[in-house]
Amino acid sequence: MDFKLNEDRRMLDETLTRFLADKYEIIKRNEVAYSEMGHDTKIWQEIAELGIIGALFTEAEGGFSGEGFDIALVFEALGKALCPEPFLGALLAGKALVAGGVEHAAMLEEIVTGAKIGAVAFEEEASHYELAYVSTKASKTADGYELDGIKSVVTHAQNADVIIVSARLSGEVDDEAGLALFAVPAGIDGLSIQDYNNVDGGRAGEVILSNVKLSANALIAEGDAAFALLETLAGYAHLALSAEGLGIMEVMKLQTLEYLKLRNQFGVAIGKFQALQHRMVDLVLEIEQARSAVINAATLSDDPVIRGKNLSAAKLTIAETGLKVAEEAIQLHGGIGMTWEMPVSHYAKRLVMIDHQFGDEDHHLARYIELSKLA
Amino acid sequence: MDLSFSAEEEAFRGEVQAFLKEKLRPELAAKIKLGGAPTKAEMEEWHALLNERGWLANHWPKEYGGAGWTPVKKFIFELECELASSPRIVPFGVSMLAPVLIKYGSDAQKKHWLPRILDGSDWWCQGYSEPGAGSDLAALKTSAVREGDHYIVNGQKAWTTMGHYADMIFCLVRTSKEGKRQQGISFLLIDMKIPGIDVRPVITIEGGHEVNEVFFTDVKVPVENLVGEENVGWTYAKYLLTYERTNIAGIGGSIALLGHLKEAAKKRKKCGKPLLDDPYFAARVARVEIALENMKTTNLRVLADVAAGAAPGAESSLLKIKGTVIYQELTSLMRRAMGAYAAPYFPEAADEGFNGQVGPDEALHAAEDYFNHRKLSIFGGSNEIQRNIVSKMMLGL
Repeated sequence: MDFKLNEDRRMLDETLTRFLADKYEIIKRNEVAYSEMGHDTKIWQEIAELGIIGALFTEAEGGFSGEGFDIALVFEALGKALCPEPFLGALLAGKALVAGGVEHAAMLEEIVTGAKIGAVAFEEEASHYELAYVSTKASKTADGYELDGIKSVVTHAQNADVIIVSARLSGEVDDEAGLALFAVPAGIDGLSIQDYNNVDGGRAGEVILSNVKLSANALIAEGDAAFALLETLAGYAHLALSAEGLGIMEVMKLQTLEYLKLRNQFGVAIGKFQALQHRMVDLVLEIEQARSAVINAATLSDDPVIRGKNLSAAKLTIAETGLKVAEEAIQLHGGIGMTWEMPVSHYAKRLVMIDHQFGDEDHHLARYIELSKLA
Repeated sequence: MDLSFSAEEEAFRGEVQAFLKEKLRPELAAKIKLGGAPTKAEMEEWHALLNERGWLANHWPKEYGGAGWTPVKKFIFELECELASSPRIVPFGVSMLAPVLIKYGSDAQKKHWLPRILDGSDWWCQGYSEPGAGSDLAALKTSAVREGDHYIVNGQKAWTTMGHYADMIFCLVRTSKEGKRQQGISFLLIDMKIPGIDVRPVITIEGGHEVNEVFFTDVKVPVENLVGEENVGWTYAKYLLTYERTNIAGIGGSIALLGHLKEAAKKRKKCGKPLLDDPYFAARVARVEIALENMKTTNLRVLADVAAGAAPGAESSLLKIKGTVIYQELTSLMRRAMGAYAAPYFPEAADEGFNGQVGPDEALHAAEDYFNHRKLSIFGGSNEIQRNIVSKMMLGL
């Protein structure tokens, strides 16, 4: 048993953490995260040159490691800096392109080097995180496919060079069968994007597909493989977002602890009050539990039931703990924690909004229970 | 035991409903229902309509132009206003300062300031907290030094809600450093137009501008603006805070928001089916609904005691703690119900001609509302301070 990072991972962590601390102090981060772009092209290129994106992929995929622990490590570091760069899109679009095979190898390579930006579009207005609920329609044409529909709140949609879209070839609107995944290139006729900032920073958009004509080689997966791939990709998102949330909580823990020691009321530091001490201890305890949940999930077990349960357990734990940490950190700061000027407010927003991506606490509780019936 | 309202109270409810139907502009109600903040002009418009009907200062004694309502009538009025999504009465002048003036002010002060609160001549804000005096309010340092017919005020106030709209600020100031800290505080009325006052915006977590910092540099305030006696301000401040805390339970607001939440969750779909039918989400709604029903009866029990002549004491702290937690949970569930659509952020939504919204209508302000309302458990005496009050006053610990 060994819970320490190996030498390669330690170096990766140090490199990324130092880079982000240097480039993304909070004022710069907020400036970028709430800009019309939602990320910084120059910083993205610099991160790419450090090879960080490659850490998310195996050698066979064009990267250099790509295990669950690498993914967790990178996203935890990103969370600590509230980094708004399109890493989640790179991870998910990249893994989708891997599954797409040789037709998608060129784009995959550019995603791994950071030359191109990827996004995934699975959510719809009436899906509320259910991957199988897809009303976006795909029809076979003489030389490919045509897509029609609207995808909701797609992170970095406007900045993406390629968007991985789930669409329905056949079946009822919530059937797991009959789905397909496509790589939709930016700028193609019939694709329009209505974009906006998110409340926690970063950019997203509605992806509107209207008679979008794709060549046959845009297909990434269909038949049973399509839903299985959707689940696999969502699993990577669960791990990445959970690790990001963990990183955010670690920072909020330090911010709150420091404030408890610094802030004086009634002639003493407020951290001297037992009522507040115990609340802080509870946060620390829950954050340790959350770290363990992320470690369990990062094993990415080959057994799909164990893997799925671990991933949902992590996403649920981060949701539950995250909400508690966000609310308690603000409360323990008092009014000052409510201000835009204090970093803790931005950490709280991102932490809470992680629960609105790839399934909330309730969604993952239901999924965990369903998976438990299969074990 | 009888939990029902009297026939007279029910008749009153009908009057309030009729008034709201006639006077509340539907466009304004629609905006407020979706969590939009009313503008200064919209708040003034609502105050004027209420004042015309004699309902603005509904808890003031009749001799001062109030309606002299019982706490139960006031409860019914607030509930109906919330259900109709009207703007709320801005509390600083009507509900906070006025009771202090009525109890402790001079005849001249009452005669001058009370009518101006009613007709909207003055917009008041509250100068209590300071950067170093939050929960520990008695640590306040803003000083007022008597020089002839004036006090010279220097210092800084924090968290001044709507201070950027205000003409007047009622302030706790330090007039003595002798004895106990609480004994050197005075209650001063200050015209915001006097030179030396600087109001700076504080942007809150969700990006809104409600609160401010107010800086005072050699501000000359006439001595007739002192309320009551010098160095007795702490007594008046505590009296005012009891008023603030009775309002802060916000049962009416929670009942209205629960209704909006259920409506929204019925329209929202999870996997194509109403989210309200999802057993996990439904369980969350049921739990908060149960807490709210319990809370409503708790609140009415306190009101009944007050009607029977008891002074609201530490009970108002219990109402504040539980009432704010329930409201916060409701905003949290509204955010949760919006799913991915809670994320899109449109700070420009208040601008004229805005039509960039995406997703369900309720998503427009859901996340902002949730983050903004974290304030409920912090302001008006944080919920930690309320617990201190209960443990000391009620439990003798």
